[in-house]
Amino acid sequence: MNKVLDIPRVNAKNMTDKEFFYGHKACAGCGGSIAVRLALKVLGERTYTALPAGCMSAVGFIFPQMAFNSNAIITTFPGAASMASGIAMGAKALGQKDFKTVVFAGDGGTADIGFQALSGMIDRNDDVLYICYDNEAYMNTGIQKSGLTPYGTQTTTTPAGKNLPGTLTHKKNLFEIIAAHDIAYAATASIGYPQDYLNKVNKAKHTKGASFIHVYASCPTGWGTPTETSVEIAKDAVDCGLIFLAEYEDGEFKLNRNPKEFASIPDYLKKQARFKHLSDQDIEIITEHRDKKWSRMRKHWL
Amino acid sequence: MNRPKNKEYKFPTHIDDYPTGPQYKAGFLPETNAGWRKVRPVVDHEACVFCLRCYLVCPDGTIFKEDGKIKIDLDYCKGCGVCAHECPKDAISMVKE
Amino acid sequence: MKTNKIFISGDEAAAYGVKLCRPHVIAAYPITPQTITVERLSEMVEKGEMDGEYMHVESEHSAISVCMGASSVGARTFTASSSQGLLYMAEGLHYASGGRYPIVMMNANRSVALPWSIYGDHRDSLSLLDCGWIQVYVEDAQEALDMMIQAYRIAEHKDVLTPMMVNLDGFILTHTYELVEIPDQQKVDEFLPAFVTPNKMSFEEPKNLAFSSKPDDNTEFKYQQNQAVLKSIDVIKEVDQEFEATFGRKYHDMVEEYRCEDAEVVLVAIGSVCGTVRVVVDKLREEGMKVGLLKIRFMRPFPEQEVKDLAKRVKAIGVIDKDISFGYEGTVYTNVNSAISKVENYVYKSNFIGGLGGRDITKAEIEDMFHKLYAGLDKSREEKVEFFSLNVETNE
Repeated sequence: MNKVLDIPRVNAKNMTDKEFFYGHKACAGCGGSIAVRLALKVLGERTYTALPAGCMSAVGFIFPQMAFNSNAIITTFPGAASMASGIAMGAKALGQKDFKTVVFAGDGGTADIGFQALSGMIDRNDDVLYICYDNEAYMNTGIQKSGLTPYGTQTTTTPAGKNLPGTLTHKKNLFEIIAAHDIAYAATASIGYPQDYLNKVNKAKHTKGASFIHVYASCPTGWGTPTETSVEIAKDAVDCGLIFLAEYEDGEFKLNRNPKEFASIPDYLKKQARFKHLSDQDIEIITEHRDKKWSRMRKHWL
Repeated sequence: MNRPKNKEYKFPTHIDDYPTGPQYKAGFLPETNAGWRKVRPVVDHEACVFCLRCYLVCPDGTIFKEDGKIKIDLDYCKGCGVCAHECPKDAISMVKE
Repeated sequence: MKTNKIFISGDEAAAYGVKLCRPHVIAAYPITPQTITVERLSEMVEKGEMDGEYMHVESEHSAISVCMGASSVGARTFTASSSQGLLYMAEGLHYASGGRYPIVMMNANRSVALPWSIYGDHRDSLSLLDCGWIQVYVEDAQEALDMMIQAYRIAEHKDVLTPMMVNLDGFILTHTYELVEIPDQQKVDEFLPAFVTPNKMSFEEPKNLAFSSKPDDNTEFKYQQNQAVLKSIDVIKEVDQEFEATFGRKYHDMVEEYRCEDAEVVLVAIGSVCGTVRVVVDKLREEGMKVGLLKIRFMRPFPEQEVKDLAKRVKAIGVIDKDISFGYEGTVYTNVNSAISKVENYVYKSNFIGGLGGRDITKAEIEDMFHKLYAGLDKSREEKVEFFSLNVETNE
């Protein structure tokens, strides 16, 4: 495993000027497209990109408009990880060297329908970087609940009303489930902290075998936020502790950011139409869940 | 070429003009996205300190560096305003089209 | 000529055939009765007899996905499945043909649950007839091996670029041992050129693959795909001829006619049951009956011309289906009937449904079918779809 110090840092000043995700039809202010664009700039030209059904594939490959400026392919919804494994293995078998295969899949494509293939890919330790851009619902089909939709979220399949507060379940512990495979490298990130994300993609790029990044990526359309606040809201989520920045490598968890004090959860929630309906009691449930999670992480990951 | 440019698409008139199966040139862009925009970013180069925050966070990658300045490819900018909102120097303003 | 013959099962014959084709990537998931094929292939990889990468995938869906991924960078791929596994792949089967990835697959024909049955019939592959794959059904282990080699030539042909499924009857072929000739590797290398495709990602010529098309273009892509499968008819013939010239064995293209020259009554079948029909044809011929067999090898593309040619010459055609499209008739029958309807002369037809879930189809039953077809000729029997091997009385 490469240590961070050994890898030349990539930042806005020294990253390639070349754009690899360009002219796409994502909504204005799309957080997912920031995650895809930045990762591809870190990974560079010799990259194979695989994307399952989802926003990023839907907006990138509308014939004849081809928005990926390097090799890219749409996979079946459940088959992103396995198709990427096939690409990596096929290219290796053909004698190709010095390339990376990357997946960009949404939260539903990763934590729900694509999970089995992802688990297999990590189990085989195939040389693939799997990036899950998490906008907390099935956005491409019109905002339905996924396994990573947090408690209280209003979606089109978890409407909030007199009887229900929207989504009843908390987010799956995706990062820890992935780490439990004893993967070489896994991390969480947020487009609200772009440099941290770049560092993690860069680290994964230099990891041989399977690696995984769970990046929090805002969706102004699905969340009901102004387009210009996409990066800010993804930062707010981290600052209020609902999203955490961590890594797993060499069998150890590491909490990258451990604030003394969290920013306000209600302030974060109230900026978004999807949470507008939440009662004080709901916010209490969300806060309790955050505190439990953090006390566990602080106990074991520091 | 750092970013793909808008290209003309020759509409097929014969079946053989189509690619064999769904495969096509990477980065082929017959359409622009300029029509989506209601407001456009305007950079105040006096105020800009070239920190590249806007370049980093643009969802469409339309901000680029040229001669030590920030430029915007208005063919593909959708006018989301992330650049202006994130600018630490308020050097970008969004003006009506 | 020196020959290298060994005593192996149909599954093993398929494995030997695949090995000779030097695939870059093999991805498969175990399922009875296909498993022996992938066990043998993994042994060959372990022993260093093969250079390919063997991928231990966690499902059939991933097996086909891995193959598509590898094919999308220009690698030759192989997978194998059966029954439930094939159905679990179904999404990928359509995806692979639409994507024009010439993957070769061995399918061990097996019944489909429910009720559970590990034994053979054709309901798995025939229910996926419309998935855009070329489908061939073989009759013995030698044909299984040889068709693997032919399959790569056909599938990877520049005008075809379509995946191909080689079907072997579960247990009857997969687990039966026969003496099989293993072709010479050098000859196979000469017969089968390296896989070249325009439909791939590369760093020299970066591409976006598997895109979405709007209504403006979708029909054109589907037309193109249909033309490719139709075009494979010529390629199948060409490859079979060249195969005969190289290896000395011929499989008669789309169909094989057995004693049909002057036949009045013909049974049509696919797969291993053809062997039993041949024996019955020989017996009845000795008794003076003008009977024959039409062995359909390819169900897609469908041998429409060959069936029409036969229909013009005969008085009755019966179709044995080891499958049933519930609420109608057998799928082979539907296809044969459609071709027959395009000839002007009247042909008496009947559909015999049986052999489901591994039930034997006996010589006596086949003989009975011929007699029923003759009965149709003198109008003493209606055209019908009949389950021929029920063990009990029915309310019909």
